[in-house]
Amino acid sequence: MEQFTQEFLNLDVMAKVAPYLFQGLLQTLLLCSFLIPIGLVGGLLVMLLTTSPYRVLRWPAIVAVDFFRAFPPLVLLVFVYAGLPFIGLRVPALLAVAVAFLINSASYYGEIYRAGMVSVPKGQREAARSTGLSATQALLYVTLPQAVRNVLPDLLSNTVELIKLTTLASVISVPELLHSANLARSLTYNSSPLILAAIIYLILLLPVVRLIARLEHKL
Amino acid sequence: MTATDAMSNWDRFVFTFFNADIAMKYGWEILQGASVTILAGLAVVMTGIVVGFGLAALRAIGWKSLNFLIIVFVDIFRSLPPLAIILVLFFGFPAIGIVLPSLIVLWLSLGAVLAAFAEEIFWAGITSVPKGQWLAARSTGLTFAQTLRYVILPQAVRLGIPPLTNRAISITKNLALGSAIGVNEILGRANSALSMSANATPLTMGALLYVLVFIPLVIASRMLERNYRWGEH
Amino acid sequence: MSSTAATPASRYLLEARGVRKSFGPTEVLKGVDLLVEPGKLVFLIGPSGSGKSTLLRCCNRLEEPDSGSIIMDDVDLLSPRTDINAARRQIGMVFQSFNLYPHLTVQKNITLALRKVAGMSTADANARAAEMLALVGLPDKAASYPAQLSGGQQQRIGIARSLALDPKIILMDEPTSALDPELVGSVLAVVKDLRDRGITMVIASHEMNFAREAADKVVFLDGGLVIEQGSAEDIFLRPQEDRTRRFLAQIRH
Repeated sequence: MEQFTQEFLNLDVMAKVAPYLFQGLLQTLLLCSFLIPIGLVGGLLVMLLTTSPYRVLRWPAIVAVDFFRAFPPLVLLVFVYAGLPFIGLRVPALLAVAVAFLINSASYYGEIYRAGMVSVPKGQREAARSTGLSATQALLYVTLPQAVRNVLPDLLSNTVELIKLTTLASVISVPELLHSANLARSLTYNSSPLILAAIIYLILLLPVVRLIARLEHKL
Repeated sequence: MTATDAMSNWDRFVFTFFNADIAMKYGWEILQGASVTILAGLAVVMTGIVVGFGLAALRAIGWKSLNFLIIVFVDIFRSLPPLAIILVLFFGFPAIGIVLPSLIVLWLSLGAVLAAFAEEIFWAGITSVPKGQWLAARSTGLTFAQTLRYVILPQAVRLGIPPLTNRAISITKNLALGSAIGVNEILGRANSALSMSANATPLTMGALLYVLVFIPLVIASRMLERNYRWGEH
Repeated sequence: MSSTAATPASRYLLEARGVRKSFGPTEVLKGVDLLVEPGKLVFLIGPSGSGKSTLLRCCNRLEEPDSGSIIMDDVDLLSPRTDINAARRQIGMVFQSFNLYPHLTVQKNITLALRKVAGMSTADANARAAEMLALVGLPDKAASYPAQLSGGQQQRIGIARSLALDPKIILMDEPTSALDPELVGSVLAVVKDLRDRGITMVIASHEMNFAREAADKVVFLDGGLVIEQGSAEDIFLRPQEDRTRRFLAQIRH
């Protein structure tokens, strides 16, 4: 037991590495601050393509989405980061992260948006149009609000997954929280930095996870 | 890269990413990684779903103290990034005397994460079975356990299958993280072949192999989702 | 007949006295008596929220009354010594929303309790199910799923399911309220048939015409209390209480 506390709950080590981890946390938050918006927007684009009435757009889009849903994000990241230089493209690690995660999250967000659109009964749009609303107005004021409300737990859940995904960036040495913690672990020969990072992730994400659970049950 | 300078862009691309010679040389090794990935994946999926189901069924009984523990476990493992869990088990446990092979670490970490998500999915299924089902079953004299087993759980499981397949797929993709702790799965082998051959073809092979493994599951889940929706109406 | 908490014989099959039930701050039943003789059809009428559903649910302990006594066939249902699961075999219940098990065939819906509670063999249970289905006029639906049947058919299956256990009494909670008007008749025909066979029933319902034809006793419940009770003729033609008259007037329009 004594050994356990020494290794995992060593307050001295935690205090020493805390500022370093804090920087890592800021890096993580910075990453999320652009990954989440571009993922959300990318997903919207994907959804428009996969629900397009034009087969020539729809089918390739669906194939691409399924392809990228089957592609582990880490493999995609390594492919972009380590593979592209072979044909002469210098890819800064951060850009690799952005591209790989954009492709991954856009596929997932796209599917969630699509499920949301499908979940609103056709009768809603018919009712809206029959009262004179234009197609765009019906979409904006009737369909979208209901669609978003129906898939809000999934949207939040996928965003949490995206935040967790940032830890993969540590594998290609992009600075973020887990990367800092892992480095601190190897420098201090102690696992407490990892536990501290875990605690920080919990503080960051547990409230959202609880919120998602509550929303899911209300529906 | 003198060998490629003389080639056209397309040839250079093919030489780098789709090099047949390299593919032949390293292909078998990388393919062996696939068996590790698939076996590990099956292990994670089976233990995760069974444990998650068991936790949800226990939660249905309603013992407050047990439920508290279940909820704590589920919340923690749904919130932590899988890589963090893997690193803690891999680096931390040996320091307190528990040495586990990398594959076991991978299985335990991802299994726990899937169990947590599976519990929530099954629990959502159980609570969304209409209360009238409980009333009807109990009114014919079925006990609590019988009602749970023959009436509620079958319906909860049916409700849970679509979200569960999606979740299982996304969690098992994390098997690629095994490469970070030395598990000889697809990515790990592709990486070593990459550095040995100074060519990106192993990476292409690894990526395609992963996609090959997961695409059937993704398509199956898409079809399940369609059936599920029809079943509702 | 299986419980250990027996009481002296009475002329009533169901004897509920002084039943009180609150849900949080709201008191839904404020001391209700319900006395049902064997072979009789008792109708519970009253506005929504009057406590009819709650009263029925207390009678098979799907709701626990806060106080009062409920004695079914000389067995004290509220006693902790009573095996409530065994007791429930003697009490059938039919629900407004049918509550058929969607994942089981009609036959399995009916035989589930027969096999698991009454311990019947599958062959015996299936035979009994076939009997019940014939009784409610749906002999060829054994292999269908609830979703494939109309509302009226589903409710008749619900009745078959509760009948299969050979209960002493059947409680029906608004059995026709969720049905389209055309389908109500088929369910009421089954109820009338059961009544002619001498099966004791308590029905909470708005079907006034049916009550007038078939009920032996009508109980008017309002605000958690029995306001008035008597024969169908007495209540519908000669209501004594003001509230009864007002309720009947509302229903007629």
